[in-house]
Amino acid sequence: MSRKLNYREAMREAMHEALTNDPRVFLMGEDVGMYGGTYAFSKGFLDEFGPERIRDTPLSELGFVGAGIGAALGGMRPIVEVMTVNFSLLALDQIVNSAATFRHMSGGQFSVPLVIRMTTGAGRQLAAQHSHSLEGWYAHIPGIKVLAPATIEDARGMLAPALADPDPVVIFEHAALFNMEGGLPDDWNVDISSAKVRRAGKDVAIITHGGSLPKALAAAEQLAAAGIDAEVLDLRVLRPLDTATIAASVAKCHRAVVVDEGWRTGSLAAEVMARIMENAFFELDAPVARVCSEEVPIPYARHMEEAALPQADKIVAAVKGFFA
Amino acid sequence: MTDHHAAAPPAGPVPWDKAFALKLLADMVRIRRMEEKSAEMYGAGKIRGFLHLYIGEEATAVGALHALSPEDNIVATYREHGHALVRGMGMGAIMAEMYGKREGCAHGRGGSMHLFDKATRLFGGNAIVGGGLPLAVGLGLAGKMQNEKRITACFFGDGAVAEGAFHESMNLAALWKLPVLFCCENNLFGMGTSIERAESQTDLCVKAASYNMPALKVDGMDIVAVHEVTKQAAQRVRAGEGPLFVEYQTYRFRAHSMFDAELYRQKAEVEEWKTRGPIHTFSARLKAGGKLTEEEFLAIDAAANAEVEAAVAFAEAGTWEPIEDLLKDVHTS
Repeated sequence: MSRKLNYREAMREAMHEALTNDPRVFLMGEDVGMYGGTYAFSKGFLDEFGPERIRDTPLSELGFVGAGIGAALGGMRPIVEVMTVNFSLLALDQIVNSAATFRHMSGGQFSVPLVIRMTTGAGRQLAAQHSHSLEGWYAHIPGIKVLAPATIEDARGMLAPALADPDPVVIFEHAALFNMEGGLPDDWNVDISSAKVRRAGKDVAIITHGGSLPKALAAAEQLAAAGIDAEVLDLRVLRPLDTATIAASVAKCHRAVVVDEGWRTGSLAAEVMARIMENAFFELDAPVARVCSEEVPIPYARHMEEAALPQADKIVAAVKGFFA
Repeated sequence: MTDHHAAAPPAGPVPWDKAFALKLLADMVRIRRMEEKSAEMYGAGKIRGFLHLYIGEEATAVGALHALSPEDNIVATYREHGHALVRGMGMGAIMAEMYGKREGCAHGRGGSMHLFDKATRLFGGNAIVGGGLPLAVGLGLAGKMQNEKRITACFFGDGAVAEGAFHESMNLAALWKLPVLFCCENNLFGMGTSIERAESQTDLCVKAASYNMPALKVDGMDIVAVHEVTKQAAQRVRAGEGPLFVEYQTYRFRAHSMFDAELYRQKAEVEEWKTRGPIHTFSARLKAGGKLTEEEFLAIDAAANAEVEAAVAFAEAGTWEPIEDLLKDVHTS
C-alpha cells in the first residue's frame, strides 16, 4: 500500500515527526515561524510547537548557523534552515571551520549533531545570485555528510537518520522538486549511506542526484523509445559517495554519463568520474561523459537559463553519442 | 602610529581574604611561567605552528574565570592557554598539546590554538577571529531551552569586533535574552592593526549598547576590578537579565605571535604598559596590605616553575598518535 503526497508535504511530515518525538529538536531559520516557511515547509508549526522551538531568526546566516552548532554542542538537536544555498555562503565559515572540524580537532571530545537544510538549484528564473548548485563544494569537506533527497520517500525519510547522526549533516532540497507528487509506500525504508538505482537498465548508466533526477528519468524514457535501455542511478548521499554502487552500475552498463547541475569545472561530476576511473576503468566501453551546467552565472531570461542547465535532451544527446 | 598611554598602575587595598588572593596571584604566575616556557620551547623547535602568548593579560583570564562556576561554558580564542589552565586543564595536557603529542588535550590535533576540554566545558580554542561568538550564542540558547543554570562566557579580542560574526552574535543574544557573557579582551591591537586604525567607534561599549545590551568597562590589568566586575556581570546573566558585555582593557606585552617584528608600536609604549603589569602591581598591593610576604611570593613562583618543569617533562615523555589514527574522529562512528 502507498499514499500520495508531494515533496513539500513529505518534508513537512518528517519535520513534524522529529519535533513531536524529540524535545531536543527545534527548527531555526529565516521565516520558519510566523511566515510558515519560505516554501511553506513549516506552515502551522509555530502554533503547534511554540516560538521557542520554531524560532524565527533575523537575516543573519553566519550568526544563526553558528548558533545551531553551539546549540548542538550544548545538547540540543537543531534543524537549521538556511533559506537557500546562495545565502549559505554567508555561513560557510561556521560550517567549514567549526561544524566540520570540532570532532577531529578536539581529539574526539565534541561532536556536532546538527542538521542544516537548504534549498538549492536553478530553473525558476531567479538569475545569477539565487540559482546556485554548490553541493559539490560541501561534498568536498571532511567532517560533514551531504544529502540530496530527490524522491518523495527520501524527502520523508532522510531527516530522521540525519538527526540521529552524531555529526553535522547538510541536506540539499532542490526547488524544482517541491511540487513533485508521488506515492509513499507504507513500508518505506530510507538510509543515508547508499546510492539507489531508480530505473534499472543495461546499456548506459546515467548517474545523477537532486533536481536532475527527474530530467535523467525523462531522458531514459526517450532513450527507451530509441531502443537504448538506460539505468538511472540516484547518488542521494553526496558525501560520503557510495563508490561501490557507482562502480556496480558501470560494470553492468559499460557506459556512463554523469549529470550534475553544478558547473563542470571542479564539480561533483568530476569526482564521480574520477572514482569510475579508479574503480571501474576496465569495465568501460567508452570514455565517461557528463552533462553539467554551462560555465556562466545563471541568467534570468528563460531561454538562456534553460540553455545553461542540464536538460533531458542534453542527456539524450550525450548518451546517443556513445552509440553513434 | 597612535600612542596608547597607560593610566596609573592599579593600586589600593585588595578586598579579599588572603587565601583567595594568593590563589589568584598563583594562577597569574602559573600562566606567566608557562607562557615563558612555551616561547622557549618554540625557540627550541619543540612547539611549532602559531603560538600566541598571553603574557601581560593574565589578570583578565584569572580574574574573570574565578568569577564563574564549573558548570558554565567557556568559549575562547587562539590566545587561550591561560584560560585553559585556570579553568582546570592540567598544564601537562596543555604543554603536550603544544608539542603535538598524543597526551595533549586533543591528542596533538589542535596544537596551541585549539585547546578543548569537555571536563571543564572549554569549547575551544577557536582560531577564526570572531568564530567563537556564534557558538557561544548557541550554547547559551541550548542552556536556556533546557532550563540550565549555566551561563556561557565567550572570550574574544578587540579584533573580533570588526567581524560580522560579532554583530550578528550580539544581536541574536540580546534579541533572545540569552545567558551569554561577552568578554572582550581589548589589548588595543588586532594582530598589528591598532584599534584606531580598525574601528570608526573605538569605544566598544557603545557598540554593545547599540544592541540594547548592558556594557561594562574595566581595567583589565587590575585583577581586583576584573574579578569584581565579572562576578557582578555573571550574576546578572545568571539571574536571567540577558547577555552582558564586558570590555577588559588590557595589553599584550609580547609580540602577536612568534612571527612579529612589532613594527606597529613603540617600545616605549610597551614599557609604559609594563608598569601596569598585573602580577607585580597585584603583588605590591597585597604586600602593602600585609597579605603577601616576599617569601610567599617566591614560594608561589617556585611552585609555578616546578609545575612548568613537570609539564615539559610530561610533554617530552609523551608519544605520537599513530598514523593509523589519522582519520579517527573525522566522524563520531
